[in-house]
Formats: sequence, structure tokens, C-alpha cells
Amino acid sequence: MSFVVNLVLGLLFGIGLVVSGMSDPAKVLNFLDLFGTWDPSLAFVMGGAVVTTFIGYRLVFRRPKPVAADAFHLPANNAIDRRILVGPAIFGIGWGLGGFCPGPALTATALGAAGTYAFLPMMFLGMWLARWTVDRRFSPVFTSPPAP
Amino acid sequence: MTEFTPIAATVGGILIGLSAVLLMAWEGRIAGISGIAGRLLPPYGDKALPSRLAFVLGLVGAPLVYAAATGSQVVQTVSANLPLMALAGLLVGFGSVYGSGCTSGHGVCGLSRLSVRSLVATLTFMATAFVTVFVVRHVVGA
Repeated sequence: MSFVVNLVLGLLFGIGLVVSGMSDPAKVLNFLDLFGTWDPSLAFVMGGAVVTTFIGYRLVFRRPKPVAADAFHLPANNAIDRRILVGPAIFGIGWGLGGFCPGPALTATALGAAGTYAFLPMMFLGMWLARWTVDRRFSPVFTSPPAP
Repeated sequence: MTEFTPIAATVGGILIGLSAVLLMAWEGRIAGISGIAGRLLPPYGDKALPSRLAFVLGLVGAPLVYAAATGSQVVQTVSANLPLMALAGLLVGFGSVYGSGCTSGHGVCGLSRLSVRSLVATLTFMATAFVTVFVVRHVVGA
């Protein structure tokens, strides 16, 4: 059941990306080009998404727990540390180079552009390297922590 | 040039928001694509892999379903500069997971929770993305 619900929600999210134009790197790069061919559309994507989520989350959090889980899993880390500056700074450079962030890149998987197939494997490699960097106990060879 | 499309953009944004709200209502999880995609790879800290796989399959299938339903082609203009796209992918993948989120996790869900940490993250990636496009288009490409 959870598989079907997640499949439908992934579809809904992806169709939102397609309808909004955010799945098109050309539109993203023009949004980021303030001093050139600026296309402010993506500000409306963020606006529509944030207002909907802001209202919807407030309704959802009135319930004691989610439908299919024991508790809401919300990030507990509120620290403004090095990671929250360095990570997004690196992410923003990659976003500005290719016009893809992770969601739109995934929606491009079946559409056949060569650039997508250069982007996606390296994105997954980067994600894996970041998890390895964050949790140094995680060894690429041993997937469970060694006994003390 | 791309056309300014505020209505389609707002409607699409609302659909993205609905997906995020329903994922929280169903599973109690943040709809952060970098978090979901990054945990498709081992090691697995929980049993949510099938759910994450399903969500990603939905993302992959979305343009196909959209095209079949509306009869219109999904337009994507992806750079054919393969080394550039490979570098972009590496930076996006590493940066989003190292910084615990991307446009969706920090930009949509984090801002909606009024998280200061996500606000800092969003302002930071917006700033470096604006600067990167400025350099690529108006300094290097000028």
C-alpha cells in the first residue's frame, strides 16, 4: 500500500515539476540569469509550493501521527554549522552549471537527452560520497558497524 | 529566451506542495528529493527503501504520464556539454546531501516549517547559483 501511495505522490510531485516548467533546465537557468534573459516564473513555483505546504503542514500536524507511521520524522538539527553553508554553496554551483536540481534531473531520466545521462550517475556518486564524508564510520566495504 | 508563465508555474508549485503535504500526512516524512534519492544507495538505516524507490519511479514516470494525458510533449533543453553536465551532477549530488537538502527539502518543506537552517541553506544555494550563471553567461561567455 505504501508503495502505491509513494508512487502516486512521486507522480504528483513530478507532474508539478513538468507543469510548472521547473523540469526544463533552460527555464531554470533563465530564472537564475538576473542580468540577462531573466524569466521570473520559478519564483511563482516556489511561491505556490511554499504557501500550499505551509497551510497543509499546519493541518497535518494537528493529527497526533501520520497515517502509515508511528511519528512525524522532522529534522532535529537546528544548528547553523559549516555543513549548512558548504553543502548548499556547492549544490548551488552545480545547479547554476547544469540547470538541474535532483527532482527535475530524475524527471528527465526517460526523456533521452545525453546531458541527463552524464548528470545522473555523477549525481548519485556525489550523493554517496557525501554520505561517506558525513558519516566516517560508514565504510564502503562493511555496511554494518564493526563490533566494539 | 523562455516565456514568462506565472499561472502554469503557480499551478505546478501547488501540485508540488500537495505532494509534500500528503507525504507528511501519510508517512510523516519530508518530501526532500535529495534525501529520498540519496538513500536509494546503501547503507540502509531503515526499511523505507521500497517507499523511496516508488516515489522516485513516480518522478521518472511523471513526464510520460503527463504527455500521454495531455498529448503535448514535455520540453526539456539539456546542455549537450557532457563534461559540464557530469561536473554539475557531481556538485549537485554531493552538495545537496552534504547540506541535508536541496530545492525541495530546504526550499519548499524547510521554509514551510519556518526552519532558520533551511532559510540559510536556501539563500546560500540561490546566491551561488545566481553567481555561477552570471559568471558562465556574462563573464566567461561574454
